[in-house]
Amino acid sequence: MSLILIILIILIVTAMMVVFSSKLIIGAISLALTSIMITILMFQLNSPLAAVFELSICAGLITVIFITTISFVKPATEEELIVSRKRRLKKYIYLPVLVAIAGYLVSLAIRPLSLKLPEIIQETNVRNVLWNLRQVDLLGQAIVLLIGVFGIVVLFKEGRKK
Amino acid sequence: MSTPNMEVLKIFIPFIVMLIIIGFYYVLMTKNLIRILLGLEIITKAAILAIIVAGYVTNNMAMAQSLVIIIIIIEVFVIAVAAGVIIHIYKQTGSVDVRSIRNLKG
Repeated sequence: MSLILIILIILIVTAMMVVFSSKLIIGAISLALTSIMITILMFQLNSPLAAVFELSICAGLITVIFITTISFVKPATEEELIVSRKRRLKKYIYLPVLVAIAGYLVSLAIRPLSLKLPEIIQETNVRNVLWNLRQVDLLGQAIVLLIGVFGIVVLFKEGRKK
Repeated sequence: MSTPNMEVLKIFIPFIVMLIIIGFYYVLMTKNLIRILLGLEIITKAAILAIIVAGYVTNNMAMAQSLVIIIIIIEVFVIAVAAGVIIHIYKQTGSVDVRSIRNLKG
């Protein structure tokens, strides 16, 4: 349990790093670190399949998409970076305090809570759930994938015309 | 009497709330479109963690994992399309600031 607690604290620290980083690329890499922490937590909570997806897609593919997008955008000059760093500190200085207070209040509020949790272990095979129980979801997912592909094709088509 | 699963829930919930607050604060305060996407990602990660913890607590990991897989795949497409839109906005306006896209031309 102490390992989970340490990883959760690192998770919050990496999420803070995303917010406080003045360079976008450092923000994107910090987000990948956040994903890796969530992957470790998923392994700890007996969900290896979701953990593998999280690691390969969220820490890998999404970071690549972010870095590609950042590389298309003009990098900030040194002067702009210094100005934005000062502004950023001013803007986000209250965030760690706010987060700490919110975390403390929530932990206080849920301490006396005692829910009755179900003891029945339902379907344990992910494949069965995915292909037999959640067929409608898969259909929705396929439609979303199709829309995503069309969106990307349309965006790149317009770029080619110019 | 609280069960071990209940203890896990009590440890995770404050951190999930903290993660959601970080994401929302970031999305609300920043004016850079790429940073807004980063904030959106943080909120999604909090949601994913909440689903996994809920699955663990209710002994229904298979359902939670299948949900998380679906969320991750949809998330990738949202990010990919949003990144494409941001690149186009940058090509049109020369900036990734949200204030630069105030003037809609109809």
